[in-house]
Amino acid sequence: MSASNLHMYVMAAPLLSAFFVNLLGRMSKAWVSGLTLGSLAFSSVASLLLLGKVMSSGGFSYTVGNWVPPFGIELIVDHLSALMLVLISVVALFASISALKSVERELPGREHLFFTLYLILIAGLMGLVLTGDAFNLYVLLEITSITTYGLIAMGRGRAPLASFNYIIMGSIGACFYLLGVGYLYLMTGTLNMADIASILPQMDGGAAIATALAFMLVGLWIKMALFPLHGWLPNAYSLAPTGAGLIVAPLMTKVTIYLMLRVMFSIFSPDYLFIANPLVQSGIVWVAALAIVCASSLALAQRNLKRMLTYIIVAEVGYMVGGAWLANSIGMTGAVLHIVNDALMTLCLFLAAAAILYRTGSLDFIHLQGIFRKMPITMAAFTVGAFAMIGVPPTAGFFSKWYLILGGIEAGQWAYVIALLFSSLVNAVLFFRIIEIGYFFKEGEHHDHTPRNEAPLAMQVPLVITAVALIVIGLGSGPLVEHIIKLALPAGF
Amino acid sequence: MDGTLGIIVAKYNYWIYVILMMIGFYAMIGKRNLVKKLIGMNIFQTAIILMFVSSGVKHGAQIPILNKYEVIKHGVDATGVVNPLPHVLMLTAIVVSVSITGVALAILLRIYRQYGTLEEDEILEKLG
Amino acid sequence: MSIQTSIWPLVAVLVSLLGAIPIMLSDRNPNLRESWTLVAALTKIAIVLSLLPHVLAGGGWEFVIAQVVPGVPLVLRVDAMGMFFALVASILWFFTSLYSIGYMRTLGEHAQTRYFASFAVAISATLGVAFAGNLLTMYLFYEVLSLSTYPLVTHEQNAEARKSGRKYLTYILGTSIGLALPAMLIVYSITGNLDFQDGGVMAGSGASPELLALVLVLFLFGFAKSGVMPFHGWLPAAMVAPTPVSSFLHGVAVVKAGAFSILRVIFHILGPEQLATANLGWIVCTVAAVTILIASLVALTQDNLKRRLAYSTIGQLSYMILGAGMLSAAGMTGGLLHIAMHAFGKITLFFCAGAIYVAAGKKYISQMDGLGRRMPITYLAFMLGSISIIGMPPLGGFISKWNLVLGAVNSDQMILLLVLLISSLLNAAYFLPIVYRGFFAKAADPVYEEGIKEAPLFCLVPLSVTASASLALFFYPDIFVTLAQLALFP
Repeated sequence: MSASNLHMYVMAAPLLSAFFVNLLGRMSKAWVSGLTLGSLAFSSVASLLLLGKVMSSGGFSYTVGNWVPPFGIELIVDHLSALMLVLISVVALFASISALKSVERELPGREHLFFTLYLILIAGLMGLVLTGDAFNLYVLLEITSITTYGLIAMGRGRAPLASFNYIIMGSIGACFYLLGVGYLYLMTGTLNMADIASILPQMDGGAAIATALAFMLVGLWIKMALFPLHGWLPNAYSLAPTGAGLIVAPLMTKVTIYLMLRVMFSIFSPDYLFIANPLVQSGIVWVAALAIVCASSLALAQRNLKRMLTYIIVAEVGYMVGGAWLANSIGMTGAVLHIVNDALMTLCLFLAAAAILYRTGSLDFIHLQGIFRKMPITMAAFTVGAFAMIGVPPTAGFFSKWYLILGGIEAGQWAYVIALLFSSLVNAVLFFRIIEIGYFFKEGEHHDHTPRNEAPLAMQVPLVITAVALIVIGLGSGPLVEHIIKLALPAGF
Repeated sequence: MDGTLGIIVAKYNYWIYVILMMIGFYAMIGKRNLVKKLIGMNIFQTAIILMFVSSGVKHGAQIPILNKYEVIKHGVDATGVVNPLPHVLMLTAIVVSVSITGVALAILLRIYRQYGTLEEDEILEKLG
Repeated sequence: MSIQTSIWPLVAVLVSLLGAIPIMLSDRNPNLRESWTLVAALTKIAIVLSLLPHVLAGGGWEFVIAQVVPGVPLVLRVDAMGMFFALVASILWFFTSLYSIGYMRTLGEHAQTRYFASFAVAISATLGVAFAGNLLTMYLFYEVLSLSTYPLVTHEQNAEARKSGRKYLTYILGTSIGLALPAMLIVYSITGNLDFQDGGVMAGSGASPELLALVLVLFLFGFAKSGVMPFHGWLPAAMVAPTPVSSFLHGVAVVKAGAFSILRVIFHILGPEQLATANLGWIVCTVAAVTILIASLVALTQDNLKRRLAYSTIGQLSYMILGAGMLSAAGMTGGLLHIAMHAFGKITLFFCAGAIYVAAGKKYISQMDGLGRRMPITYLAFMLGSISIIGMPPLGGFISKWNLVLGAVNSDQMILLLVLLISSLLNAAYFLPIVYRGFFAKAADPVYEEGIKEAPLFCLVPLSVTASASLALFFYPDIFVTLAQLALFP
């Protein structure tokens, strides 16, 4: 196979195996796990090779079916999208190992259906980070959303209702985005991002372009659940089947943030976004700060581990949106680094939650008492994930927060700085509350009477690897920023 | 007053899309019946499709089906045909919208089986 | 100063961390488990000592762990000041480990494996704080130290432990994330690096006095392990921990890591000269002086021996900060020296408190009348420790206090001199009655006292050694004095 098509293989592997999972998975469950893990492992290796190639010889663009842009669909492989591909495929791989186990328990007999959607979702996410076409982006956005709706609706109890709410909100978001694209198309007559970017500076239709930008941004904000547009997320993510939460929680919001960056810098320009409209820029940072504070405070009110985590996801969205809009390279570095870190931290915590749920059947706080004794390895990994969320060095979470706060100081956005510190403190309270509950016992119960009952190996291994990765990535954040993220930042930074 | 009216008449297709969109948006947000929400969503999406498609319209233009030999001889007269690209894009958008509707209907079926109603208030009441 | 690259500083830090692994694996065999602890402790001392001569000769060691942020790698750099703290911590860890064995086994404590493992992580972090080559690295180990101590503080796993653990984390994590972290980021955004430099990395940065004051205050309260008021409340609460934890962590490692961090920041980040020029020393001195006086007064009222010791620690820690705040040569030397002198004295006192609890099961001073006659060695050691803390010759504490007094006199700060004198009187007032009542008061309930003997040897030997060391430090303080001189006047 030729190396220049690597990114196609990365995307094709889960997409093709999705169909085979559906067909062959009906016959035997072994096909489901084999095909899922095989294709994702293949994607992971291929995406790592692709990243290596981009690092050594730079990014490139690829025209699907040899239609020359701006007529054909252009795929863009640069440092940022290659990094995102690695992130998506690796997170998906680890999540799927654990998901296989929990789906077996929660959706017996429907594994092949679940993993069909699961793999299409991953292929869709990969397509999203690669595409260089504004309309294609919409289609892929809906592919990922539709599969997510399905995955979430497979949950029990109120899940279908949460999924329906998500459909309504998600469709509004997608339609807004499409409207924005429509305006741009009316103005420029093209849908290729690079093409739009080259035409826009010469246009003088200020209001129409601003409307387009506003529609696209609001659409994406709904999709990424930026407070106060987050209403759909906590229910959808916490009621979803555990296996779906494992992939959706770490990746969906993060990929949407990536899309926001693409829209901001591949279609529009820093000059237009930041310099021409400083009020909008600082206004969005304020919104982000508000989002962080409010979502963190809401997380405090939760009494269930998974629901608490979903509110933390909403707060983290505020981190990255704020970082991206700080209008300096440090903040941007922090935002991109935080996409990577937050995906891994969320994965780690959701993996731990999945393992606990598998053994105890509940994630309500009151059922977590004495859990350290019962599941020491799971809880050790959970603790690492918690420290990363709090931002304790040398875990990865500390360093992205470092860049974000520094960017805030540099930009003089003190509200954002204070919001970040506040959220770190709230996270400390949130997680130590759980650690405390898990570390102590019920009245009258004693540690000697609590037998050890670890999660199955298939859930422990990805969890421990993710926890270790959080520390390794933290220690390696210097080279990561130096060799990949610095080069991934949009021109002008 | 005359000027405003002129704008409205000249760009009536865009005004219709805006009105449709508002209706759809209201139904999605304001209605308490889940099917009505879904219908609102469809109206919303149709409005956007209308916007795209009407952007390709040219007065007095033909459908973009051309005689191959004519084109080889004389080239394409762009003013003579409507812009086909928005139509093609909207085909995709329609597919997307149909799939979402399909998924949503399937989910509504499940909700109905579970709660015996599609009124949001009644469902919430049952959930306590 | 010749800096040599060497992996040994990292090994010195990690040896106890790695030791935690075999400790956890030999869960079922206590003897083997404890030998791992002792092996790790001895190895650690050996490595630290092997690094010592080069440092005494004015050199240093360096090891870059990872490049994390532009201009700020994670780096270990062994200089005189770090060596000073590392020496104290590693030596005392060994004796604490011995003591722990005696204490934990005699009391039949639960979860001893977790206890020894957490202890090993904590001492690693302590050495990390000592050897950190820049502020970020120090912050990292400071946080690790905070977190690894949580299971130790809450060791009993009862309601009281839960409450104390919560208080502990609220104070320590709250201040370090809420105050020290932003201060560090402000420094970084001004200077672009966080290296510890002689004279201060911020010297010459042109920062305004207001900004300097802000950073200083943020750091002063941000490193709340040093127990400066009003962020001292965690220390008495943390006394629910087993006594070896209180003695080593809350008498030496944790609290001194806080004071050490503040000293580091004053000496090597903000720079004493710059602070003197901006006339900011008074902030530090005021906070420290108030803490000293209030803590000593509160200590007088405590009947629980460990709580009294805790308040005494709060007061004594502020001596170190006070010395640094004087910004004069003698004052700063005294502040630094007090880290070592106080460590040996206070750990002896805590060891004695634990020994009394192990042997007699008593926690309250009012119940300890006449106990000294039953446990003469323990009480003798307690007396030596007290005298050292009070600052009378012929014990080590005198040397640091003498320097502090000198510093106050040299810089014409008579109020500080008065504070030091009053505090010494108060120290005597809350310590000496314990010794007096132990030896001379009539036991309240003679029957109750029957059969009380000295604590087991594992407890008795460490406390005798540290008490003797306190005595020896008066006559042979050379190593520490040299290191302090090297640290402050290279």
